[in-house]
Amino acid sequence: MISFFVRRLGIMALTMLCLTLVVFFLVNLEPNLRKLSISQTNMRASDAQIESWLVRNGYRDNFFVRYGQWLGVVQKQPLVDPETGEATPRFRFCDEPAEARFSGVIQGDFGCSTRFKVPVSERLVPALQATGWLMFYVMLVMVPGALLVGIFAGMREGSRTDRSLSVASIASTATPEYVSGVIFTVIFASWLGILNGSAATATREGITFSNFTLPVMTMAIYGMGYIARMTRASMAEVMTAQYIRTARLKGLTFSSVVIKHALRNALIAPFTVIMPQFPWLLTGVVIVEAMFRYQGFGFTLVEAASNNDIDLLLACALVSVVVVLVTQLLSDVGYAFLNPRIRVS
Amino acid sequence: METLSTFEIVIQIIWRFWPVWAAMIIIGTLSYMYRDRLGLYGQLYDGGVGIAGLVFIGFWLFSALFASIIAPFDPIGVVPILKNAVPGTIDPESGNAFLLGGDKLARDVFSRMVYGSQIVLIIAPAATAFALMVGITLGLPAGYYGGQVDNVLSFIANLVLAFPVILLFYLLVTPGITETPIPYTLAGLFFIFPVIFFVTLFYTRYQARPQFMWPAIAVTIVLGTWIWISLVSNDFIVQALRNNGLGFVGAFFDLPVFKIISIEPGQLNIFVAVVFASSPGVFRITRGLVMDIKTRDYVAAAQTRGESPWYIMLWEVLPNARGPLIVDACLRIGYTTILLGTLGYFGLGMPPESPDWGTAIKDGSQLLRLYVWPALVPAVALMSFVLGLNLLADALREESLKD
Repeated sequence: MISFFVRRLGIMALTMLCLTLVVFFLVNLEPNLRKLSISQTNMRASDAQIESWLVRNGYRDNFFVRYGQWLGVVQKQPLVDPETGEATPRFRFCDEPAEARFSGVIQGDFGCSTRFKVPVSERLVPALQATGWLMFYVMLVMVPGALLVGIFAGMREGSRTDRSLSVASIASTATPEYVSGVIFTVIFASWLGILNGSAATATREGITFSNFTLPVMTMAIYGMGYIARMTRASMAEVMTAQYIRTARLKGLTFSSVVIKHALRNALIAPFTVIMPQFPWLLTGVVIVEAMFRYQGFGFTLVEAASNNDIDLLLACALVSVVVVLVTQLLSDVGYAFLNPRIRVS
Repeated sequence: METLSTFEIVIQIIWRFWPVWAAMIIIGTLSYMYRDRLGLYGQLYDGGVGIAGLVFIGFWLFSALFASIIAPFDPIGVVPILKNAVPGTIDPESGNAFLLGGDKLARDVFSRMVYGSQIVLIIAPAATAFALMVGITLGLPAGYYGGQVDNVLSFIANLVLAFPVILLFYLLVTPGITETPIPYTLAGLFFIFPVIFFVTLFYTRYQARPQFMWPAIAVTIVLGTWIWISLVSNDFIVQALRNNGLGFVGAFFDLPVFKIISIEPGQLNIFVAVVFASSPGVFRITRGLVMDIKTRDYVAAAQTRGESPWYIMLWEVLPNARGPLIVDACLRIGYTTILLGTLGYFGLGMPPESPDWGTAIKDGSQLLRLYVWPALVPAVALMSFVLGLNLLADALREESLKD
């Protein structure tokens, strides 16, 4: 058991290291650095000015040294002005230590956002909180809804309810967020006018029914069909089992057979697909937050990526990779706990 | 300005699609008559779900084929007075109507939808095919040998799967990246897999009959190399090779033979990103299937006969894994369509005036509260195509369960 966790954690750490290295490499490509430097100096900077800006801020140092500095295993050197001999921060909007020291992700320093002109953590924490609320409501709608649909469909396999619910689930998996978002906005905001077409007010004035329903609905729909289909398949399989027949034959009502005997076993399989939904929702979050102008994690990621904000983008990548890996681990462990036939080893 | 009534719009749209209806009726009737002899494809005509899926897919397939006949306007042509025109507004010059309205740049939404299907129907199946090739070629040995081969390949696959798709796209499809060798290197890597796959396929099959084997392998290599160089090489690569003292390779890549088929750097970039994102999924499915199938008796029989491992993988295991792989391919084309839409929605890779559905949804959704049609039309189009593929996958799964 313990060796299993140690092994898994080791693989997780290695995965994170590899992925951040790849992201670090991609954001430091020459065209991306030029883009960053142009946006940070001014639009008409000459090639020499761009180059001197890049050298001054340390973007021309050795690649692995810089990665080590970001990670916190190589010391960050202060930027000393040759004329005055004083240490000045690279970006006036972020503090920087005056002497060389280890200050990277391991020490909890995520660096400086060039797009929002604040330290990364100051920007990322509220964004993650905002997205946390969105995720919470999405899960609250999606999981019970999908399980109900799946159970009703799988309860009587081949019935009219089953077929119509199955087609509805297929249709929902064919509707990505940017499609359902458009359709729902047209129906509920443009024609009926009962809901807000934008969630921008949710950031400032708090979450209300009218500004948050559309983003939550849009995100829930796409994932719902998949979970519902898994639940249906699992439910249909359980309903053909011998012990269900026995329970029916001893005279129990259909509803009590379903609730007391079938559900427990039928819900094991959907659990394993609900957990990996989180990383999948991550893409949904980006689309929905961009579409409804909600200032959360996805919005931050888009801003960071389109402005090549290196530190912020790396932090976003790290957060999303951690989410993916932790949910994978939880889903494996949870499955082992729910299903006594499988042992963690 | 004159506008058509709703009824007239519907009639005109139906009339505009006449080549599609004609083709679908002919192919549908023929297929239905001979469905007993058409194998898996014929069995799809037995159920309502399968027919519904085929209708949706057929509709978009033939729309893409006959786009120039169906669309009354140029997809990027502008008729300035019809900016944001309501559906059915008649263009006074040509007398044709903007059947589904005009968008914010005064282009015909209907024509753009029809031409948009071409982009999706070329890239999505082709990218899926390459992803299948990569996934299968790597998944077979991973599942069959297990051990270190499996550990290394699975680690790489999990690495890519742990990347959130959207972040991957932002990193791989940024405009600047076409100035670096990364997309071309990745393309070169992915496009070599079909060649490896088919060479191994023929080599293992015809080993006892060299008179078949050598011509088949020669044709594969010549054809494969020709397509490979045509797709990978462009002016940027030729220049880069010359700068690095590989002028003769550059001159070879620059031959006119390799200009017959070519792909834009931007499109190649999208293609590579989509293949990159979806091959690990194929790899995982193939690996799982192979691990299951290799315990069967017919595999043990082949091993006892002394067949080579690659013969067993390609000619004993793979044909028996085809059912789930076909279903997965179907779903994957749909998923790739969704990914392409996502790319378009974030304005990545596609040129800004491109009529593809994702870009059209992005453009339209900015003014959604005022003008509904520019975003709604491509949204419904994309949804119906993916729905068709999902229904088809469902029908195929039902059929393969019956066997």
